[in-house]
Amino acid sequence: MKLTRRHTLMMAFGSAVAAIMPFKAFAAVEDEIQAFTGGAEMGSEGITLIAPEIAENGNTVPIEVNAPGAEAIIVFAAGNPTPAVATFNFGPLAADQFASTRIRLAGTQDVVAIARMSDGSFVQARQEVKVTIGGCGG
Amino acid sequence: MKTVFKGGVTAVALFAAYAVQADQEANLVINEDIEITVRADAPEHLENLSTIYSGWVFRSSETQALQMDDFENPGMIFVDDAIEAWNTVEGSEGESCASCHGAPEELAGVRAVYPKWNDEAEEVRTIAMQVNDCRTSQMGAEEWKYDGGDMINMEALIASVSRGMTVNVATDGPAQSMWEKGRDIYYTRFGQLDLSCANCHEDNYDNNIRADHLSQGQINGFPTYRLKNAKLNGVHSRFRGCIRDTRAETYGVGTEEFIALELYVASRGNGLSVEGPSVRN
Amino acid sequence: MADNVKPRVRVPRDATAGEEITIKTLISHPMESGQRKDGDGNVIPRSIINRFTCTFNGETVIDVTLEPAISTNPYFEFQAIVPETGTFEFTWYDDDGAVYTDSKEITVG
Repeated sequence: MKLTRRHTLMMAFGSAVAAIMPFKAFAAVEDEIQAFTGGAEMGSEGITLIAPEIAENGNTVPIEVNAPGAEAIIVFAAGNPTPAVATFNFGPLAADQFASTRIRLAGTQDVVAIARMSDGSFVQARQEVKVTIGGCGG
Repeated sequence: MKTVFKGGVTAVALFAAYAVQADQEANLVINEDIEITVRADAPEHLENLSTIYSGWVFRSSETQALQMDDFENPGMIFVDDAIEAWNTVEGSEGESCASCHGAPEELAGVRAVYPKWNDEAEEVRTIAMQVNDCRTSQMGAEEWKYDGGDMINMEALIASVSRGMTVNVATDGPAQSMWEKGRDIYYTRFGQLDLSCANCHEDNYDNNIRADHLSQGQINGFPTYRLKNAKLNGVHSRFRGCIRDTRAETYGVGTEEFIALELYVASRGNGLSVEGPSVRN
Repeated sequence: MADNVKPRVRVPRDATAGEEITIKTLISHPMESGQRKDGDGNVIPRSIINRFTCTFNGETVIDVTLEPAISTNPYFEFQAIVPETGTFEFTWYDDDGAVYTDSKEITVG
């Protein structure tokens, strides 16, 4: 690849962002996860998170969570300015511990779903969603 | 899907081959009831395309799904608002849309043939112009802003009752000169990027423009709910967006140029179904 | 109160005792995130639906906490058990204190 001024600038910017952003975002989401789980160990069985691999627009990204037997499922967008997305608390008349909604993602990032099971244990699922920028309008 | 390259595009680096993510073979049935023609033989006047595709075909399967059920289509929220407006008496004459037209379904078929020549007024009229004519001359009410929320919502209601009907706008007779004017605009390069509508939507549909999968720019799905701005968008506003992005000064909504362009672009979709309110990115 | 907020829910009209049914809800709301700025560079204050609940004959089906990352016009789909004939109550709580409700009756035959 031939390096143009534009490429060089973009690369410089990219590495600067890479140096700062993930740490901040990571710290924020880890704090919130800690608050939900109390630092408990988390398994990965018994929870599914369905999200598109590539989202056409970060404004409206459909997701689905399902954790049979869960009391609650919390969803985070690890790279959003505020990572919390939603908490689903299931009552006695929930047929399944399942919910589907549409969320906002500020950019390509991991979506994290954590379920608190009725025995007090926690399980989590993570999936990266690539958020594409638009066409000429952006 | 076949891509036909015709004419040199100066800004060829804008376009890249596309890694398929959309289900381009999918068919659109709304509410498990209304069958929508999303691909059809191109109308005869189109020399450079053999098949026409609804913009729905180019979207990701998640975006496609939003249009398959009225409950999940956020555009239908605005149709509900328009039903209220339809039944509301406004203006000095004590009339509502409903008092003349009955149920919105009475206008089934209208969206399929607009823009359309109006004999009395001796002009080509868009649905927005017709709605405003009704409001001022029949209802004694104020005009709605051409591409404002009230108007776009009403256009969405009027489109929704024609869904599944085949677009068939007249290109000949008294409408012909406006149609030709629209065709000329379609093929004219605008702006600092020196792009015509055709450079993207005829020469390069199915390619990527940055991360966006380029459609043929069909307007059978308008008004369209865009995920980008989470509201209904009108045809003229969309034209403005496109032309602005060529870094040109654009025509205004409701101008003769855009009415002509709307007529011509609508005719490029003759054979597809009315889809509005559609869902796009 | 945000303008033009209108809840919509989809619930089957009837079910058999103990049947699992799918419920869909959509409410028109801008869900202003508090992250955006207006033309003058001032932050547009957050204004969202922050909680949504669904109950059946007074018992909870689902109780959702919403954050600003929920899209404009919040949509939810979930599943409920219908033990008997009764009424689903749906409630959305707005940041500004407004509460929007809808209800649907279902008959167990």
